[in-house]
Amino acid sequence: MPEIRAVRPERDGAAKRGRREARVSGALRDRELHALRVLGIETSCDETAAAVYDTDAGLLSHCLHSQAELHREYGGVVPELASRDHVAKLPLVVREALAGAGGASVDGVAYTVGPGLAGALLVGAATGRSLAFAWGVPALGVHHLEAHLLAPMLEPRPPAFPFLALLVSGGHTQLVRVGDPGEYEVLGESLDDAAGEAFDKTAALLGLPYPGGPALAALALEGDPARFRFPRPMTDRPGLDMSFSGLKTFALTTLRNEANDAPSRADVARAFEEAVVDTLLVKCRRALQQTGLSRLVVTGGVGANRRLRAAAGELGRELGVEVSYPRIELCTDNAAMVAYAGSLRLLAGESHDLDFTVRPRWPLDSLSPPAPRAAGSEQQPQAG
Amino acid sequence: MKLLAIETATDACSCALVLGEEREQRFEVAPRRHSGLVLGMASELLDLAGVPLSALDAIAFGRGPGSFTGVRIATAVAQGLGLAADLPLVPVSSLAALALAAARRGGGGAVLAAFDARMDEVYWGAFDTRDPAAAIPDGEERVVAPACVPLPPRGGWLGAGEGWSVHGDVLLARLKGLVDAVDTKARPGAMEVAALAVGELRAGRACAPELARPVYLRDRVTRRPETKAGAAPRSEPS
Repeated sequence: MPEIRAVRPERDGAAKRGRREARVSGALRDRELHALRVLGIETSCDETAAAVYDTDAGLLSHCLHSQAELHREYGGVVPELASRDHVAKLPLVVREALAGAGGASVDGVAYTVGPGLAGALLVGAATGRSLAFAWGVPALGVHHLEAHLLAPMLEPRPPAFPFLALLVSGGHTQLVRVGDPGEYEVLGESLDDAAGEAFDKTAALLGLPYPGGPALAALALEGDPARFRFPRPMTDRPGLDMSFSGLKTFALTTLRNEANDAPSRADVARAFEEAVVDTLLVKCRRALQQTGLSRLVVTGGVGANRRLRAAAGELGRELGVEVSYPRIELCTDNAAMVAYAGSLRLLAGESHDLDFTVRPRWPLDSLSPPAPRAAGSEQQPQAG
Repeated sequence: MKLLAIETATDACSCALVLGEEREQRFEVAPRRHSGLVLGMASELLDLAGVPLSALDAIAFGRGPGSFTGVRIATAVAQGLGLAADLPLVPVSSLAALALAAARRGGGGAVLAAFDARMDEVYWGAFDTRDPAAAIPDGEERVVAPACVPLPPRGGWLGAGEGWSVHGDVLLARLKGLVDAVDTKARPGAMEVAALAVGELRAGRACAPELARPVYLRDRVTRRPETKAGAAPRSEPS
């Protein structure tokens, strides 16, 4: 039996506030809203997750099975192994999520259809679409990054729109202006490795087991911040794009040229983490100044990093900007955010037909606000 | 016996609905379009028959071997339907379904079923299909180089499946004198999956959706990582 983490969410009325937010947001304004209970499914990478979100009662359950252990010996996610594990575990995770929500029927199913690993996405999409078909309820294919961007709306005090989102994970590093649900402008992004990817790769250089990001952060706590100084890539030129692959090389060179003993590795971890956090913050500051936005949201797996959270908080205080983050379990990949993002579009009358073709590459800014139409009608056929 | 069956292990996508003696199938050769077609086929069959999913006895699916992606589509769809409608699943060998399909095309009783498994291998199975509702395995299914397929003790076999189109020369050389005819165009269909599932269900070989698994046969899909830290993972094509 797989180990499934079930989290009992706090009933704090967050959803009601979130719903009020939705009510005043552009696309949903003046639309009659009915309560919806949505099952969300997430399988875009190496987490198998399911959750039930109720637009009135809030998050009722969210369950997750992590594959990290499975991929550890390979030092990264092996797509075929990920797909195989999803198909083996998802039905049980879904059953747990439904049971956690009290077993009542759901009014819609939302599942991630992209971006992500094609084979992994396909498992969640096939299962999710089939569940909706069998229940006779609407289904919706969700954009994984939209789900991350809207994850803070699941918190007791959700940010108001518009806000600047720093979305940092193992697969993505983007600065996004979030005008409203469905209204996203990518202001800048990493041109090579995602920040989380750089964390994991550098952690591997330091001999830490995959996924090494959190272990690197722990090691950095023991490091001397004054010993090494790593570059802050692309901060000396205008623009909001980023680059992190050079930092990994810099770490390797430092270990080779200086020393590779335990204290040096801690010092390298410290210098690396500070360089990544600093670079992200330089770009955040710049984006806030350029856009005049007064709210910053840090989300995605790296959003769980304590140094990043502390630095973002400091930046917020300095600029008079309100900073928020989803709680850690909603920063990393999860199905609660998928259920929530799906619920907004389902509420607006969107739904998908019986085609569950996935979109491994799907640009964020091709999305539009929730509206009563067939979602993704411009969809290009993909491998499946 | 009332069954919905799904088979997507090859470039063909199909669904079949069995209601006692009534049998209807949708079948299309549609490489890489299974995810767009399969639920539409199921929906059409159920609508036409005016039968809700919940009135069925089970969901049958081609559990492989075959395309990794294909067998996962059939499995995941069956899991979703079974979970939602509270129905048991009946996994059926896609090679057995191929053997039955070839027999029904007029091929005869003893079938050597082969899919191309890439990497110079075939998915291989020998079946006795003299009973039109069964495909009794003669030995284990395996993934094997075409030059090394197990030699059957007697002749009179029909070679079936696209494995015989890709590796026909090597297979015929290996099985010299044992093969009477070859049908490279035969494909497993949901109708055959359903036919085999009826027997499986009667024999009590159904399972809960969370226990249903694809059968890939090829279980080594990764190369062990180099000892060097940070070595890129390698996966083989699906």
